[in-house]
Amino acid sequence: MAFTQSPLPYDPGALEAHNMSARTFEFHYGKHHAAYVTNLNNLVKDTPMADMPIEEVIKTSFGDADKVGIFNNAAQVWNHTFFWSSMKPDGGGTPTGDLAAKIDSDLGGFDKLKEAFKTAAATQFGSGWAWLVLDNGALKVTKTGNAENPLVHGQTPLLTLDVWEHAYYVDFQNRRPDFISNYLDQLVNWDFAAQNLAACS
Amino acid sequence: MKKFVQSLMSGLAIALITSMVFTAFPATSSAALVQLPPLPYDYAALAPSIDAETMQLHHDKHHAGYITNLNAALEKYPALQNQSVESLLQNLDQVPEDVRKAIQNNGGGHVNHSMFWTIMKPDGGGQPTGTLATAIQSTFGSYEAFQEKFEKAGLSQFGSGWVWLVTNPQNQLQIISTANQDNPLMQGLYPIMGNDVWEHAYYLTYRNRRADYLKGWWNVANWDEIEKRFVSSANYSSANYNSVNYSSANY
Ligand SMILES: [Fe+2]
Ligand SMILES: [Fe+2]
Repeated sequence: MAFTQSPLPYDPGALEAHNMSARTFEFHYGKHHAAYVTNLNNLVKDTPMADMPIEEVIKTSFGDADKVGIFNNAAQVWNHTFFWSSMKPDGGGTPTGDLAAKIDSDLGGFDKLKEAFKTAAATQFGSGWAWLVLDNGALKVTKTGNAENPLVHGQTPLLTLDVWEHAYYVDFQNRRPDFISNYLDQLVNWDFAAQNLAACS
Repeated sequence: MKKFVQSLMSGLAIALITSMVFTAFPATSSAALVQLPPLPYDYAALAPSIDAETMQLHHDKHHAGYITNLNAALEKYPALQNQSVESLLQNLDQVPEDVRKAIQNNGGGHVNHSMFWTIMKPDGGGQPTGTLATAIQSTFGSYEAFQEKFEKAGLSQFGSGWVWLVTNPQNQLQIISTANQDNPLMQGLYPIMGNDVWEHAYYLTYRNRRADYLKGWWNVANWDEIEKRFVSSANYSSANYNSVNYSSANY
């Protein structure tokens, strides 16, 4: 049974008014994400991993020198699917309910969370991801290099931002800080993060 | 004369000691801070292999950004300014820990890009000649086999990084790739040529097609400069590989 690419949760042009263009999705979803799926299927073909849930493939292959390619592609398939859901048309705003309360108690408030997230995303040198995660019951902001993700560290991802250059070069060129601010101001889907948090309790 | 030598020697000793102690004090002079080398040709000169907008952003923003961050680290430890950035990369373990990663990433970014601009030129391409051609032939079998291996290594570097032709301490050619801005000097190898496979190097023209970028890049390779680097690598290996102390006096 082959791995498939999940459909985008919105139209590829849906975020255009919020500075993530259809052109970016044409390549980011249509080429990069799609290629990770194709590569993963080629690599696990006729092996037991072909029938595992993708989370299991990621955890099993992590740190195994012989399975670097499988890990990279499986994690990138998962990360991108998670990233699409971390955004929505007319996103941004502020978290509410339990998530907002937990941000206050664990991270010192929404402004502190935004600051920490901006720093994590801006300082991930080279390709990688910024995350809001639940780690041993507490909220944390983290960053990972290349394909690595919180699942391999026993953390629960709540939200992510792709800071590979391909994620922003068409719309923002070298200006990663502007891309990060735009994500927090206009794209981020706090409902998705709240749902992920609720699923843990 | 004797007195001059003595004062020179004590000056060297002081430089050595400060470079070992790395006392932080405010910089009195910015003379030894790094400056952005000008691009040796127009932004549009490498088109169509590399478009003008990419060249402008790559040089004026990306390379300049590495220099800003590198200088911030060098200002914190002025003694580091007595050494070349190359020698800092060769001896990262001697760099103060709180700026080590900054020097590795931004010092690497500066050295890598400085080389990169010079090993390209308008109407480049063709094939290497002279001793480099011979060495490529004997190491890889043929120029075409070398190209294929170089492109493959560049394509397989997952995420941001560089693909390199280097010489090892025995002055033998090797193809390697490094992550992010790591320079071969960090592992005792001498960079003869390198191609930037960060997405910023090719995304505006090639998008996700890194393989096409790697193929197109041969058309702007500056083999005269690359051959020069190969010739100087022979001196580098005999002069420096066995030297344990990289004092500031050597650079
Ligand atoms: Fe991506
Ligand atoms: Fe670059």
